[in-house]
Amino acid sequence: MKSLKLIGLAVGASLALATSAFAQDITIAVAGPMTGGESAFGRQLKNGADQAIADLNAAGGVLGKKLALFVGDDACDPKQARSVAEKIASQGIPFVAGHYCSSSSIPASEAYADGNVLEITPASTNPLFTERKLWNVARVCGRDDQQGLVAADYIAKNFKGKNVAILNDKTTYGKGLADETKKALNKVGFTEKMFESYNKGDKDFTAIVSRMKRDNIDLVYVGGYHQESGLIVRQMRDQGMKTVLMAGDALADKEFASITGPAGAGTLFTFGPDPRKKATAKAIVDRFKAKGVDPEGYTLYTYAAMQVWAQAVAKAGTTDPMKVMKVIKAGAWDTVIGKMEFDEKGDIKQIDYVVYKWDDKGGYAEVDPGKGT
Amino acid sequence: MDYFAQQLINGLVLGSIYGLIAIGYTMVYGIVGMINFAHGDIFMIGGFIALITFLILISMGLTAVPVILLVVLLVSMAITAVYGWAVERIAYRPLRHSFRLAPMLSAIGMSFVLSNFSQVTQGAQVKPIPPLITGGHSLYEKGDFVVRLSNVQIVVVITTVVLLAIFTWLVSRTRLGRDMRACEQDQTMAALLGVDVDRTISMTFVIGAALAAVAGIMYLLYYGLVDFYMGFVAGIKAFTAAVLGGIGSLPGAMLGGLAIGLIETFWSAYFSVEYKDVAAFSILIVVLIFMPTGLLGRPEVEKV
Repeated sequence: MKSLKLIGLAVGASLALATSAFAQDITIAVAGPMTGGESAFGRQLKNGADQAIADLNAAGGVLGKKLALFVGDDACDPKQARSVAEKIASQGIPFVAGHYCSSSSIPASEAYADGNVLEITPASTNPLFTERKLWNVARVCGRDDQQGLVAADYIAKNFKGKNVAILNDKTTYGKGLADETKKALNKVGFTEKMFESYNKGDKDFTAIVSRMKRDNIDLVYVGGYHQESGLIVRQMRDQGMKTVLMAGDALADKEFASITGPAGAGTLFTFGPDPRKKATAKAIVDRFKAKGVDPEGYTLYTYAAMQVWAQAVAKAGTTDPMKVMKVIKAGAWDTVIGKMEFDEKGDIKQIDYVVYKWDDKGGYAEVDPGKGT
Repeated sequence: MDYFAQQLINGLVLGSIYGLIAIGYTMVYGIVGMINFAHGDIFMIGGFIALITFLILISMGLTAVPVILLVVLLVSMAITAVYGWAVERIAYRPLRHSFRLAPMLSAIGMSFVLSNFSQVTQGAQVKPIPPLITGGHSLYEKGDFVVRLSNVQIVVVITTVVLLAIFTWLVSRTRLGRDMRACEQDQTMAALLGVDVDRTISMTFVIGAALAAVAGIMYLLYYGLVDFYMGFVAGIKAFTAAVLGGIGSLPGAMLGGLAIGLIETFWSAYFSVEYKDVAAFSILIVVLIFMPTGLLGRPEVEKV
């Protein structure tokens, strides 16, 4: 009996130790598609978050406490995103960097708003994310209406008098981007020859590819993710077509090139100016490279989202999400991808999209929008 | 006409892949009278084994494409067949004499087990391979439009036709085929007459899995990638094809597969891509209203 009591005491004591050690940390979250078709981008988000937490902790943490990371997997599925968000809110986590898919970020943000969690998305570009004027959302990337303008401008300059098709995958992100691009194109007097949608997850695009062949399409603009875009390119080349594919920021991962192989050369996409090349990013990029990680796509954006939050918390002296958000919107923040200021809705003030082109070696580089392909 | 020809090629190739998977559904249903819901995932496993074999062969420095294809075909069929055998042994045989829904539930369970197994061991990302069979032929040109038939498409269709011929021969002419047909009619009676029922059912699963492996290889060659959840959608489409063709009938499964592939393609070609699945399933419903046993199915005789 006595020994039992002793064991009980010991267990109780160790539990108490464990919880007190836990209480020293501030847990923050990163959420995105860690599994499924978009997991390449989930990995970018997680890599960025891991490195940001390691660097922040090495510099002494936040408010004198260490940071710990919770990873949420939404598989780019709106329902799963909502339940991940509720889980994060119920654990009292004050801040989440996420999600990737707009169709996840938008429903999740409502759960975060109710559960008192601040959400900064590194990657969701659908305008609706900030347009609903929730108190708790901000983003460190651009918006699809801006992205569409840049894409339309490029198309109008370089494909004047040619046939253009616009496809979308019916997701919040894909449809939104395709609509914005179409709107911007039509405004400058450019009419597309075909506007069609497909299902995200489709593998067989041969029918629509043949249709584009019949209509002599010179450029196809895809509002959709990288896997489907890669398959469309591959199947166009199989049918002997030279049509150029153009898409949005979802093509900024090497997985696109591994799907298309050399056939992907010449494919265009819009994205922010390469953050890896900024002077402010040099030291941090080297730290990623030392771990064998290429901080491509949204990796550094995730890092920046964490920096903004950590600096704002230090200034506010609390992790209370409402107070931190007020501070974020009032200040200017030094991040790995440059200085950032936010407007009332939570969008960043200075955004510039540029056009990139994939080469046949599996890399991408900026192209001069005036000169053409 | 040229546009029609191109879309016909597209539809036939897609339909061939559906048909290859559908045969596995139909064979198992014919004999055991249950839907093997894990079949789509066996197809996915076949694709992964093919991918791994490809990468091993390429890293060994092999470059002769026909040799690579043959080795991949044999290795993938053999290993996937073992999976098929194991699934039957673990999940279906112990429940064979249980109530009717039990093996169906364990089939769904098996489907989850297989897809999660490959997610854990192979990762959640899509796995692409570089195009192995490249090039193609321009069948005919009129103005700007060129009807293209790529070499991969030729390989897919020829493989399907050859395999279908082999398995039709197997079922109608060999001892094993006769045993299978006997078990299909009456398992107890077949057993009394000296047919090893357990062995015959195992062989059915092995053959079905080997065919699924071939479909997995064709899928990998044609689309250039595999992922752990590809078995679900492909499985549903193939199951639909098997029902449309008349479940239990081998030529019916192939016919159903081709029908679904062609409907999807032509609907996308002349109407809207958006509603291709709606079109395919609507036609399935219409066919089942007028022909409840499918295109080539026989009316079910209630065994008393």
